[in-house]
This record gives sequence, C-alpha cells and structure tokens, in this order.
Amino acid sequence: MSDPVQISVRNLSVYYGKQHVLRGITLDIPSRHVLGIIGPAGSGKTAFLRTLNRLNDLNPDSRMEGKILMGETEITHSDCDVVSLRKRVGMVFALPVPLPLSIYDNLAYGPRLSGIRKRFQLDEIVERSLKAAVLWEEVKDRLQTSAFRLSGGQQQRLCLARVLAMEPEVVLLDEPCSGLDPISTARIEEALMTLKATHTIVLVTNNTKQAARVADTTAFFLMGELIEVGPTSRLFVAPTDSRTNEYISGRFG
Amino acid sequence: MNIALQREIDKLKRQILALSAEVESDVRAAVRSEENRDPALARSVIEREAQINAMEVDVEEECLKMLALYQPVAGDLRYIIAVLKINQDLERIGDLAVHIAERGLFLCDLPRVEIPHRLGAMADKVQAMLKKVLDAFVNLNEAAAREVCAGDIEIDEIHREIFQQVKDAVIRDPTTFESVLQILHVSRHLERIGDHATNIAEDLIYLIEGRIVRHTPEVSDKGQAK
Repeated sequence: MSDPVQISVRNLSVYYGKQHVLRGITLDIPSRHVLGIIGPAGSGKTAFLRTLNRLNDLNPDSRMEGKILMGETEITHSDCDVVSLRKRVGMVFALPVPLPLSIYDNLAYGPRLSGIRKRFQLDEIVERSLKAAVLWEEVKDRLQTSAFRLSGGQQQRLCLARVLAMEPEVVLLDEPCSGLDPISTARIEEALMTLKATHTIVLVTNNTKQAARVADTTAFFLMGELIEVGPTSRLFVAPTDSRTNEYISGRFG
Repeated sequence: MNIALQREIDKLKRQILALSAEVESDVRAAVRSEENRDPALARSVIEREAQINAMEVDVEEECLKMLALYQPVAGDLRYIIAVLKINQDLERIGDLAVHIAERGLFLCDLPRVEIPHRLGAMADKVQAMLKKVLDAFVNLNEAAAREVCAGDIEIDEIHREIFQQVKDAVIRDPTTFESVLQILHVSRHLERIGDHATNIAEDLIYLIEGRIVRHTPEVSDKGQAK
C-alpha cells in the first residue's frame, strides 16, 4: 500500500478492570482510507475505537499497554495532550446527540469554543460541514430551527457535520447507522465515500454489508483479538481465516 | 436469514448433483452405444438432452435468485459462483454425449472398419476423470481436483495418437474415410469432455481455496493439444 500510514497500532492491549478486552492488536491505518471494523458483540470493536481518541481514559478502571502512533505523535503516551488529540480525531456515536440548540449553533459551537467569532467565518464552516455531511440541501433554509426538529437520519448527519466543523484528520464512527432506515444509511455512506478524499475514517459496524460497501480495508475482531485484516474486496470473497468466513456469512454473531 | 440461505444452498447442492449424475450416466450410455453399435441406447441419450438442458436452466435460475436475495459472501459466494460455472460445463458435457451418440448412430449404418485405436481406453479414462471430478465436488477434495487437471494431458495425447491412426487408415484405404472420420469425431468429443472436466476441477480449486488457478502453469498444461 503506497498511502502513508496515518495511524499505527502496535501490540495494543486494553483491560477494563480484570477483563482483557483487546489482546495485542497490531494494525496500520493508511491515511485517506476507510477502515471497517466488524465483529460480534463483545469483540472489542468499540474499545478499539475508544483508544484512538483516548475516550477509554474516562473509564477509571481501564488500562492500556502497547503503542499507538498518529503521524509523529504517540497518542498512548501519558504526556499526550488529550484535548488537542480529540480535535484531530472526531467521533460519531451510534445514537445522534444533537445539542439543544439550533442547527446553526450545533455546528458553530465547537469552532466558537476554539475562538472563532467572526460571523462570516462561522457561516463558512457551517455550510462547508453540512455539505460534507450531505445535509446542506435539506436544511439550508432553516438553519435557525432546533436540531431536535430533524429526523433521526438528519440528526446523525448533523452530528457528523459537527465533528467535521472541527476539521479533524481522523473520523471515528461507532455504528453510525444502527438506528437508521436504508435511505438515511445510504446518505451517511455517501458522505463517508466523499470524506475519505480528505479524512481517514474508522468505521465500526455491526452490519457486515455496510463494511463491504464502504470500507477499503476491513478488520475482523473476535473476543478482543484481531483475527484478520485485509482489502475488503478480498476479505469478503476469500477470507483466510475460517472464523472470518463463518462470521461474514452470518453463521454466528 | 442465514438459515434460509443455508437451506437454499443445500437445495442447490442436490440440484447440481442430480444434474451431474444425469450427465455422467449419459456419457456412459453414449460411449456404450458407440462401442456396441446400439441404436436404441444412442437414441435414448439424444432424447434426454432436453431434460439436461432444463435442469441446467433451473440451476442457473436458482443461483441468480440466491445472489439477488441473499447477497452471499465468502465461502457461500464462491460456492454459488462455482456452481454457476460447473453447471455450464455439465451442460456442455451433456451436449458432447449427444454428439457421441449421434456418431454412434451413424456408425451403425456403415461397414465396420478395424483400425488399431485406443478409443475404448480413452473413453474409460475420460469417464473415470469425470467421475473423479464429480466425487471431488461432492467431497470438496482439492487433491483429487488437482489430479484431474493433471490427467487431462494423457487424454490429449491419446487424441493426437488417434488422429494419426485415422490419417494413416485413410491413406491406406480411402474408402474407409467415412467410418474412420466418425472415430475421429468421437475422439474429439471425448477430448472436449476431458477439457470440461478439467474446467470443473479448476472451479473446484477456486471454491475450496479462493484462488483462480486457470491459465496458470502450476495446475495443468492443457491447451497444448489440438
């Protein structure tokens, strides 16, 4: 693969209390690339995602071994500035969580906090982010209405746009379409396909077909281990591990 | 959903095995009708062609339906794709059995010519090859599939030998032309059945290993014989 590596994970183990949730994960994520992570419940997909922006730190029981490099930065290091890391690495969760504000203010919130006050700059950020999340056309005439007036699918794209407003390098998505209808799902997927030209995307999904549609590379996790990772087109036709074959053909999970 | 797909795959397996059994017995009957100059047996092979064709269409429709409804991946996907291709080869083998039976019918009306040929041995080998590849398909036996690929070379050699013998016979006595030409045709059809059996073996290797081995020197050197 000729793409430069954006994230390099080396022998990563994560424990929640006594529970060993990730076991020696080693994985490279090239930049401007979609990595899909699949695996049954409890396989460590979300735990892995949460190490990439140090969200696991919020859990006092959690402990981490190994190393993750993002470009030159060792993000697993105790000196790493977690606040600036989370600006570089945005995250979209399974359930959309709009702020109780207007559509516009949902998007302007982060940039304002980081010191951008000029109206024209904020306007520009709002429009650019909404366009990137394939939501602009649907909301451009009602930016001042409450974000809660949007449908579930629109709210999820709003959350994606809110992440993009902070201009992250990496976008993490944790089952972003789990509660969405097929059309809304298709819109999110469309947004991801466009976004990968400029961002590195890590997509955790319970829907293996979604990984097949969207991801360039797919990784299969099982009980905290990385069983197999490879080009999506290869993994879904001829996986090398029989457990991958069983999982993606729906025989367990 | 997965249980439904599994059920469909089991059904498809039964269908393709029924077709392969039918084709295998047709080849056997066609060869026997030619060897024994048995016009009734030859006609029965020719009459069964429509049934084989109908079975082939059914298998193809079943595969297309499964692809559309279940979007299978990995092993399931490879199985359905392999069945689609094997299905076509089986249908072609069925056609070739009919051609052999037709040559057999033609030979019944011609004076017997004796040239030293190995058509019988060739027919035995081709039938054994077909049986072996179909057994390998049932048991997903990759080693057997590879042996089938290798065995095709021998069939091609016998065909070349028969070609030479037919040529010699015509030079010796041009009046035998029509009869020995039928023998050459049968040899050619048998050789083609060998090629289709090899195709099936290659599709089997793909099904089991997920690697396309066609046109690679490691599996067979077929394609050299003409």
